[in-house]
Amino acid sequence: MISFENVAYNYGGGELLSEVSLRLAAGSFHFLTGPSGSGKTTFLKLAYAELMPTSGHVTLFDREVRTLTRDDIANSRRRIGVVHQDVQFLDHLPLTANVQLPLTVSGRAGDPRDLTDLLDWVGLGHLADARPPSLSGGERQRAALARAIIMGPDVVLADEPTGNVDWEMSLRLLKLLVELNRMGKTILVATHDLNLIRQAKSQVSARVLRISKRRIQLAGADL
Amino acid sequence: MKLPLALTAFVNPERNADRVVPPSGHTAWLTTFTAGAMTFLCVFALALALASGRLANRWSDALARTATIRLAAPPDQMQAQTDAVLALLATTPGVASARALTDDEQRALLEPWFGPDLPVEALPLPRLIELVEAEPGYDGEGLRQRLAAEAPGAVLDDHTRWRRPLAEAAGRLRLLGWLSIVLIGATMAAMITLAANASLAANAQVIRVLRLVGARDGYIARAFVRRFTLRALTGAAAGALAGLIGVALLPRADAAGGFLTGLGFTGWGWLLPLLLPPLAGAVAFAATHRAAHQKLKELP
Repeated sequence: MISFENVAYNYGGGELLSEVSLRLAAGSFHFLTGPSGSGKTTFLKLAYAELMPTSGHVTLFDREVRTLTRDDIANSRRRIGVVHQDVQFLDHLPLTANVQLPLTVSGRAGDPRDLTDLLDWVGLGHLADARPPSLSGGERQRAALARAIIMGPDVVLADEPTGNVDWEMSLRLLKLLVELNRMGKTILVATHDLNLIRQAKSQVSARVLRISKRRIQLAGADL
Repeated sequence: MKLPLALTAFVNPERNADRVVPPSGHTAWLTTFTAGAMTFLCVFALALALASGRLANRWSDALARTATIRLAAPPDQMQAQTDAVLALLATTPGVASARALTDDEQRALLEPWFGPDLPVEALPLPRLIELVEAEPGYDGEGLRQRLAAEAPGAVLDDHTRWRRPLAEAAGRLRLLGWLSIVLIGATMAAMITLAANASLAANAQVIRVLRLVGARDGYIARAFVRRFTLRALTGAAAGALAGLIGVALLPRADAAGGFLTGLGFTGWGWLLPLLLPPLAGAVAFAATHRAAHQKLKELP
């Protein structure tokens, strides 16, 4: 699905990631942890080609990202659902239109019943006509998750998806991600919430990666 | 004929494509107003160019007509000198033809001032000789000198000479009119480009979200291009209508042929301003298309 081969990324003020080699296999579940500023978000941005590596190779669906045109990158993103901590919506559109946005931009007509089912699955069926500014943090995260998976992506990348929500909502989101993984989706969740990781490990077979000193390592049993 | 892809997509937009960009913003009225004002000015520039063209043609036509020799001589020498002048003109290079006006023609010329019963034969009127200039023209100064030698009372009224610079001036004015139209179009393109850039910058977050969910540049650009083109079309239609009303209210051309009273459209010329709104739309389409694609390339 997505692989990193000896990847480094330099922001200009120094190297943030170095010698990163990793392969996200189909159907796998990964957690990526590390302190704030360690490069978790940068790693995710490299994984969906918002950033290009300074050196090394990132491969998206068997194609090296540097060989991709802008349209190719757009097409790749249709196979990758992304959930950000500070999730952004089009505030002038209702929730349904925002969730359907990936279908809209790819020229596909969604089935209204599927949309209703999806909103019910994330617990937002009653807010279908609401505008994003009126949603709470947890509702926004769940809406972002719905938007990320409406195209049936192969991979879901979530950047601190539980950062702005309480523990109960975190568990609910985690449950949704675990369910997606059971449907065969490849999941990568960047989080600094170790309790969430411990909770997940009781539900799913997940590998935990840690960014330390610019490198990604497999986390030990301390988790 | 196969339309370019961008134009085809404009004519057949994807469902909901326009909705992804927020509907309002200061660039909306700015674009409409700019297109309207520029088209309004364009209508007047067009009227100026067409009126100047008519004037230049009229004066140019006049150049190709006649000059007049006014021959004053004692009655008993009049016919001899007239014959001498005509013989002289027949051998003058650059003169296509020459003939003396008859008494009836001279009476007709004077009729507006003296009435129909003027006894032309009894009055010591000069004989008028009309000459038609050939291409290239004759040497006016040389002709004057030869006339002075052959018929001392003959005066060449070379009225075409003062028309030439006027015809040239009218031609330049016409050129200026068309140049103004081009400049107005370029200014409109520049203003719409600025407005489009401002709109793209203001909607950077929207564009980022669209890119994140897999929108191609073409899709995003079309949402902006279509909106700006329609705004420009609307503004230009209003501007063209206002301009046409303004031109229609100008004083009509009269027999005196004054330039200012002739400023306007005639015949099919009234249809020309109707081409301006689609032209403004095309300018907006091209300007926004270019601006959008350039801006999008700067974004990840």
